[in-house]
Amino acid sequence: MYAGMLRVRLFEERVRELFAGGRIPGFLHTSVGQEAVAVGACAALRPDDYVLSTHRGHGHLVAKGGSLGGLMAELYGKANGICHGKGGTMHIADASVGYLGANGVLASGCVLAPGVGLSIRQRKSGQVVLTFFGDGAANRGPFHEGVNLAALWKLPVVFLCENNRWASTTAGALSAAGGSIARRAAGYGIPGDSVDGNDVLAVHDAVSRAVARARAGEGPSLVEAHTIRWVGHFEGDPQVYRGKDEVAEGRRTDPIARLEQTLRARALLDDAGARRIRDGITAEIDAAVAHAEASPLPEARDALTDLFAYYPWRD
Amino acid sequence: MPVMDFGDALNLALREEMRRDPRVYCIGEDIVLGVPFGVTKGLVDEFGPERVLNAPISEAAIVGSALGAAMTGLVPVVDMHFADFVTCAMDEVANQIAKSRYMFGGQVDCPLVLRMPYGIGRSGGGHHSNSVEAWFVNIPGLKVCIPSTPADARGLLKTAIRDPDPVLLFEHRGLYRVTGEVPEAEALVPLGAADVKRRGRDVTVIATARMVHEGLEAARRLAEEGVEVEVVDPRSLVPLDRETLAASVRRTNRVVIAEEGPMRGSTGAWLTWVIMEECFDDLDAPIARVAGPNIPIPFSPPLEKFATPDADAVVAAVRQVLK
Ligand SMILES: Cc1ncc(C[n+]2csc(CCOP(=O)(O)OP(=O)(O)O)c2C)c(N)n1
Repeated sequence: MYAGMLRVRLFEERVRELFAGGRIPGFLHTSVGQEAVAVGACAALRPDDYVLSTHRGHGHLVAKGGSLGGLMAELYGKANGICHGKGGTMHIADASVGYLGANGVLASGCVLAPGVGLSIRQRKSGQVVLTFFGDGAANRGPFHEGVNLAALWKLPVVFLCENNRWASTTAGALSAAGGSIARRAAGYGIPGDSVDGNDVLAVHDAVSRAVARARAGEGPSLVEAHTIRWVGHFEGDPQVYRGKDEVAEGRRTDPIARLEQTLRARALLDDAGARRIRDGITAEIDAAVAHAEASPLPEARDALTDLFAYYPWRD
Repeated sequence: MPVMDFGDALNLALREEMRRDPRVYCIGEDIVLGVPFGVTKGLVDEFGPERVLNAPISEAAIVGSALGAAMTGLVPVVDMHFADFVTCAMDEVANQIAKSRYMFGGQVDCPLVLRMPYGIGRSGGGHHSNSVEAWFVNIPGLKVCIPSTPADARGLLKTAIRDPDPVLLFEHRGLYRVTGEVPEAEALVPLGAADVKRRGRDVTVIATARMVHEGLEAARRLAEEGVEVEVVDPRSLVPLDRETLAASVRRTNRVVIAEEGPMRGSTGAWLTWVIMEECFDDLDAPIARVAGPNIPIPFSPPLEKFATPDADAVVAAVRQVLK
């Protein structure tokens, strides 16, 4: 999990640099500081389990085991990106690792998830689907519809709220009535756990419980993981809405440093080991960037492919 | 050939496809009892509550979950209850279902059907009576069909269920009790195959769903005056069978396009352009259109009648292009 968090962190930091350098188009939301949620949650899943993600989804895909090269090339808008340049940062999917899509529309994953759960049950595959969403997204109707349906039909779904305190420039406290997303679970008769989202082991524990419950046929759970977004809502966000102290607090509670301390205290990690892990990841990311740089852009006419699986006609 | 009504033909199609493919399931509000139009009546007896799912009143979850299921191996058939309510799941239709395959670079199939009971009649009022197919024709990534007869309804629904892409089937609620012959054999109707519902040499009426019947009635009346109207039913709007429409217009050289939805921003406007593009040199008169007025469908019977394009309107339009 240490290497996993570092992979997300270093990937996102590289993406920020590349974006600032004009290599990556679009508007970009990164998850620097929130690594413990992605990694703690995905580590509780089997490789064949499904994930539905958000507009801030790179970390979720990296944590789920997606290919860094395919992801990076997609962020560049290249032809051999994982979605052939049709998706980009907010609309990436990697079906090969069960990642059924980031989403540019907040909370939409909450209503797709019960359907994935239905198909899991029908196929008796023993899988689970986990859907990430933000605290802001939890105020949209689809969150409530999705949780209700999954709870009603006891579907193998985990609802994971990544609460980073802000929905763009609006504080969670000013938008979510009741003060807690986790407590909303009570209204649907399912467990609602609130955990320190900067503690990867705590996230892992809570999600593991939820996953076990889902796999056992006992239905969905809601987990709210409290974390801090270190960077702007999007790259270039001047962040006039919040104080510098919050970012300082984030760095103080850095989930990666925290786990590193624990590992060192237990003599499970030393300087040489830490360097080896970091160098290995940096090499992976270098390779992903080189791959993306070397990849061709799509041809304009490629815009007309992939609309349908079956075209019986010519336009 | 057996005779049955439009609703029973749809029910038969669902049974046949659910028997053929265990991945097919139905979901919607009140579908176990088949309320309000009876299309799904009795399915639960044969297929059980695991495959005939009464959902809570959660349109976003009904439609969104269909996409989740379709992407991971099932074939959902959603009953939208009344097509007007699709607005409560418009993100799921327009952003999620229509775009998933494309945005993900072809990684996922999306074999699902949205059954859209729609249309004017019996004072349903503004939230239950509108013809909204044009909204969806405007969304790339959706296939849209719109049958007018029981045989077409059954054949199109079966094809839609077997299609790997999302298909919307618009079922005019005024047609559910209309009867017609339905073949004993499977008789799939391909998407993108228009049907000439009546032959005639003088004017082509291109009409969809209920307006096909109004067009046929108009043709009967005009035949008494010696005017031979050809009625062509596109049956699917996406994909569209341009060839059959154009071939008819090349024979008759005069066109009326009839639909029930509002005149503005409509499928008829698009069909008008298609005919212009394919047949401009063959036209002996400007294309005439029959469509609803640009208002929500009102409640009171005389107001509703005003909003209902009918055979009289088609007759008037035919006379106009013959002038
Ligand atoms: C339905 C919808 N409304 C608005 C937006 C614009 N938007 C994008 S991100 C965002 C804030 C999201 O906050 P939250 O769900 O807490 O996630 P976070 O950005 O904090 O990860 C908004 C308003 C959107 N993408 N989708």
